[in-house]
Amino acid sequence: MAHAQPSGRQGRQRTILTAEGLRLSLTLASRGSRVIALLLDLGLMLVAILATGLLLTALSHGALVSQISHANPATRRLLETLDVVWIIALFLVPNVWFLWFELGVRGATPGKRLMRIRVAARPGTDGSAARLTAEAVIARNLLRNMELFMPVLFIGGALSLGEDATLASWAGLVWFGIFALFPFLNRDSLRGGDVIAGTWVVEVPRRTLAAALSLGGNAQGTSTVTGAQYRFGAAELAVYGEYELQVLERLLRDRSAGAPHALTEACRSICAKIGRPCGPGDERAFLDAYYTQLRARLETGMRLGKRKTDKHDAGMTQ
Amino acid sequence: MNPLSRWFSQRDKTAIAAAAQATLRSDRFRLEREGDWRRLEAIVTRIEAGRLRAISDDDLVALPALYRTLVSSLSVARDTSLDTAALDYLEGLAQRAWFVVYGPEIGFRGWLQRFFGGGWSAAVRAIGPDILIALALMVTGTVIGWLLVAGNPDWYYALVPAEPGDARVPGASRAVLHASLFGKNGRTGLAAFAAYLFSNNARVSILCFALGFAFGLPSILLLIHNTALLGALLWLYHGQGLTLELVGWLSVHGTTELFAILLAGASGIHIGRSMAFPGQRAILDAAAEAGRRTATVMVGVVLMLIVAGLLEGFARQLIEPTELRLAVGGVMLAMWLAYFFAFGRSGARR
Repeated sequence: MAHAQPSGRQGRQRTILTAEGLRLSLTLASRGSRVIALLLDLGLMLVAILATGLLLTALSHGALVSQISHANPATRRLLETLDVVWIIALFLVPNVWFLWFELGVRGATPGKRLMRIRVAARPGTDGSAARLTAEAVIARNLLRNMELFMPVLFIGGALSLGEDATLASWAGLVWFGIFALFPFLNRDSLRGGDVIAGTWVVEVPRRTLAAALSLGGNAQGTSTVTGAQYRFGAAELAVYGEYELQVLERLLRDRSAGAPHALTEACRSICAKIGRPCGPGDERAFLDAYYTQLRARLETGMRLGKRKTDKHDAGMTQ
Repeated sequence: MNPLSRWFSQRDKTAIAAAAQATLRSDRFRLEREGDWRRLEAIVTRIEAGRLRAISDDDLVALPALYRTLVSSLSVARDTSLDTAALDYLEGLAQRAWFVVYGPEIGFRGWLQRFFGGGWSAAVRAIGPDILIALALMVTGTVIGWLLVAGNPDWYYALVPAEPGDARVPGASRAVLHASLFGKNGRTGLAAFAAYLFSNNARVSILCFALGFAFGLPSILLLIHNTALLGALLWLYHGQGLTLELVGWLSVHGTTELFAILLAGASGIHIGRSMAFPGQRAILDAAAEAGRRTATVMVGVVLMLIVAGLLEGFARQLIEPTELRLAVGGVMLAMWLAYFFAFGRSGARR
């Protein structure tokens, strides 16, 4: 399972080329988070509709009926107007909800915002980034009517008719199936609306800048606990590459309960590899120093155009 | 200088002092620029939260420059730094800043202005050929409906959805049909009925548009089916010599409503045509182009159906004489035609 996750994310990586010539890598939203976002939006819309309904009921009961009798044609017309407002609200809420929010700068409905995803314009065939236009947002949401609300109406209608409507219910199910499954039938998990509008749904990164490990107290090579000096020679640093550096960084940033044990393990395997005794109780200082010096060596290589991706890569010696 | 940037510049000084002590060159690089990154992040976060007023003028002016700084920081960091924390942060921030800097070109209000100020009519003109196709289909549908019912009145029940208590069935007397057009038949909830018709029509129109996704064929079928109903009604009233009265009754809202359905059908056909015959473009690009163009038309369709609903609910009940009804319908049609095909044309040519 732990391995399936990153490979799934890797599969959802896309690159766009901005006008500045910068390659930005976007992660497409997973189908699961999109479904959850949709359900959240439907729930919130239901709340909005119920609130409108309650408000209108309160208006018609409180303000009108108590004062004037039902038979009065003026009252009847007012009640009718409220009825009209209600029917139009029922139409507008599901349609305007998505438009209003997706046209905003965040390009996301409340549900999408909670799931940290947003709508973005698909890049052109050359990969150049495009701007999200209002027309695109409208187009993708007009199709939602067919993809979602219409099939539900079809199925609801078929179910209420019972056995009389087996054909209609089958048609409705097939219908619903085609459009519900459409995002599963293509690589970019586009739904019909995305195809028509030239959009896709991507994750919104929200990463805080973590402190640099190489600036910690141990990074200079002197342990803050024992005062021991850790200096590594070129041969001792040459055994690992960028991949191992990243693994080590993850380990050092991990503050969970199992972290000290993992650090001891890592310390032991590095010591075994470079043939040097491992100071027990001072693993963090040892690894901090090793991390900083390995990074310094690898970055020097990078500046000279030599990269070493992992321990099997002989790049540094070229 | 505002408090925010003063705070950052204070930070910058300490950061640069720290950078001098850092061993790694990539850390010095990071510490020297961190202040700018964080300032950009603060601005981006505020814009994302919609709190544009909370951003000082200094910050807004600095935004493009900060964004370019970030872009160059990121490209340098990708080539020289192995600090995963900084790289991940920069990648994420660059993406968020890009969405802000190249965000939606105009807001909801600005879009509405452009829409009414010529965008709508231009979009309608852009799908001209499809409008002609849809019009031909609607006329065909009406004729088919008429011919079917004329051939065998049983078709009427298949075409017109049966409503309990509806007097408008084959064999109804002239008086009954006449009353359905003119009588203030004490039916309550006419306005609500009109609103129901609006939302129903709007759903059918949107469906008609959306079905264009299936290469337009279902849109065509939907257009024909819906106008066949019209043909059947015409036949029914014609049989009792009430054709003109029915046309008058229909035209009050019908010129607007049928025009809207025509545009929705044309939009569906436009999408279908673009997807079936994308020409030199990739099919996805062709579909996206057609979808964006017709989206504007569809917003207009919904607005037209609201107008139609109002006309049907109120104007038709208030206006009894057939001549006046025809006049209202005619004026509405002339207004739409003028708006779509005359308005904004000079602006486009300029």
